[in-house]
Amino acid sequence: MAEQRVLELALATPGVDAAGRPVRIPLTVESPGAGEPDLRTDHMLINIGPQHPATHGVLRLVVELDGEVVVRVIPHIGYLHSGFEKLGEYRQYNQIIPLTDRTDYLSAPANNVAFALAAEKLMGIEITERCKVLRVIACELSRIISHLVWAGTTAIDIGAFTVFLWMFEQRERVYNLIEAWTGARLTTSLTRIGGLMADVPDGWTERLREWCRAFPKTLEEVDRMLLRNGIWLGRTQDVGVMTAAEAIAYSLSGPMLRASGVAFDVRKDQPYLGYETYDFEVPVGQHGDVYDRYLVRMEEMRQSVRILLQALDRLPDGPINASDPRVILPSKRKAMSNMESMIYHFKQVMEGVPAPAGEVYFPVENPKGELGTYLVSDGTAKPVRWRIRPPSFLNIAALPKMAEGHLLSDLIAINASVDIVMGEIDR
Amino acid sequence: MPPNPSVATLRARFGASVGRSAVILGDTIVFAAADQAHEIFTWLRDDAGERYDYLVDVTAVEYRDRELPLEVVYQLRSLPRNVDLRVKIELRKDAELVVDSVVDLWPGANWLEREVYDMFGVRFRGHPDLRRLLMWETYDEGYPLRKDFPLRGRFSRSEQVRRALAADLRAHYSLEELSIAEAYAALPADVRARLAAERGRETAGEGLG
Repeated sequence: MAEQRVLELALATPGVDAAGRPVRIPLTVESPGAGEPDLRTDHMLINIGPQHPATHGVLRLVVELDGEVVVRVIPHIGYLHSGFEKLGEYRQYNQIIPLTDRTDYLSAPANNVAFALAAEKLMGIEITERCKVLRVIACELSRIISHLVWAGTTAIDIGAFTVFLWMFEQRERVYNLIEAWTGARLTTSLTRIGGLMADVPDGWTERLREWCRAFPKTLEEVDRMLLRNGIWLGRTQDVGVMTAAEAIAYSLSGPMLRASGVAFDVRKDQPYLGYETYDFEVPVGQHGDVYDRYLVRMEEMRQSVRILLQALDRLPDGPINASDPRVILPSKRKAMSNMESMIYHFKQVMEGVPAPAGEVYFPVENPKGELGTYLVSDGTAKPVRWRIRPPSFLNIAALPKMAEGHLLSDLIAINASVDIVMGEIDR
Repeated sequence: MPPNPSVATLRARFGASVGRSAVILGDTIVFAAADQAHEIFTWLRDDAGERYDYLVDVTAVEYRDRELPLEVVYQLRSLPRNVDLRVKIELRKDAELVVDSVVDLWPGANWLEREVYDMFGVRFRGHPDLRRLLMWETYDEGYPLRKDFPLRGRFSRSEQVRRALAADLRAHYSLEELSIAEAYAALPADVRARLAAERGRETAGEGLG
């Protein structure tokens, strides 16, 4: 029979009772007898989120624990569900673009581009060369700011605060550039069907070039801080491993898929916006753990800088909008002085731009992974169905697979490594 | 663009189970019969010449024309061959909306199918955990992405508030969580009965949908 003992445990922050003596909690401990101590306990159920900084938004995780080991994870999503897809069915194509800002709000310009590309393919609109290059710049800037947020918040979750400050400083610089271009920092609504809402202002390309020269130094500094850091390595290597076969079976995409050793990048394999003409490499991991996801995203930022510099070199002069009066609004001056322009202006605003009956699935490589836009049209100016294939929705769906069997603290690291944004998961 | 050759091989192998096909804007679309779909997907995934190993997306489309059937849409990709194929299953709206789940073929289909169930009310036979995903489990207004569902929801705002205030907060824990907490047995009998009834109505689909 196990003998009962009573221990006293000092509180971490000792209190005192009415008599002024330190308060101690009596603990009853069952002695297991000889040999190994029996540490088995009942499973415990804990709830993380939806309001918790480590869940990166309103994700709620119900975790069943055996001691500190995660036995089961049940994610709950939907706290940020806004019904974007339903709203889209009641809006004209150009009116949907502000909704795309709010899906993956950490990389709004890339979402704007993704939707515009799908709608243009559906309508058969050819965009100008300058527009294509500016959109590439928007996509790669989005990739960088999204990865900066990811690196900063993941480092905080694992206990390194400095990285967050350095990364967010660079993110501010990019946001200043985006603000100068679009007038908005977060919700850019950069694109229009057939073009862009604005051209870049004077001197903007020089500012971007200057930033591209300075930025890689921050990446080097962060690498130096983390890659020889025993805590960082211990908490990321072999944590949350997905093999290549598992990553494919679970439909992971983007850096999550590539960190597992599957070299699929939409920009390379199903190119759009002329990505096949840019010289860049796709980093691929070997182990599929948190550490490899870090390496892949850091290298993607360097490759994005390469693409940005090439885009700046080749940025041609010319119009940013296609010359198609069906979809491009005439200038305000013309609309107020020229009868035909006024009619086109009126019809576009009041009736919208009808898309021919048909459907299109357009995948783009967003920072979080493959963002697919599936549009179905019945010939009217509003889509029958606007489906977003959200990359972080599918990536976080594999969280139970990745986290079960790990420690609770590893669950936080794994969840951070997925790079989720709830606006996109819940839509 | 020529149609994806998988359509011809599919038709040779499965005959009448493979319906019409089309190439729209370069994407190949093929219609499959609901009762044969799982076999077709298994073959598409495993055949050495097809190897559609990656499930890109599962979604559904309901057209504004009420006569047209509801479509469940599977976007498949073969990573080794870098080829995409869109397979559609048509479901008549006057019959039961049910197809076979493909979670056993692609585990990534789990949440995708739950979302289609949540938003369209399509049931996936053989799904391990077919619960609402974006809406809460006791959501009673039907299936939001159906065309007969009004944009602002089925209930008035005051009715929504009334229901929210009257709701038992314990109902926000799913049966699964309550059972792993082993707290389910400890709940009052009336709460247990009500949860079971709500759960039963969810699965029987007798909501307003």
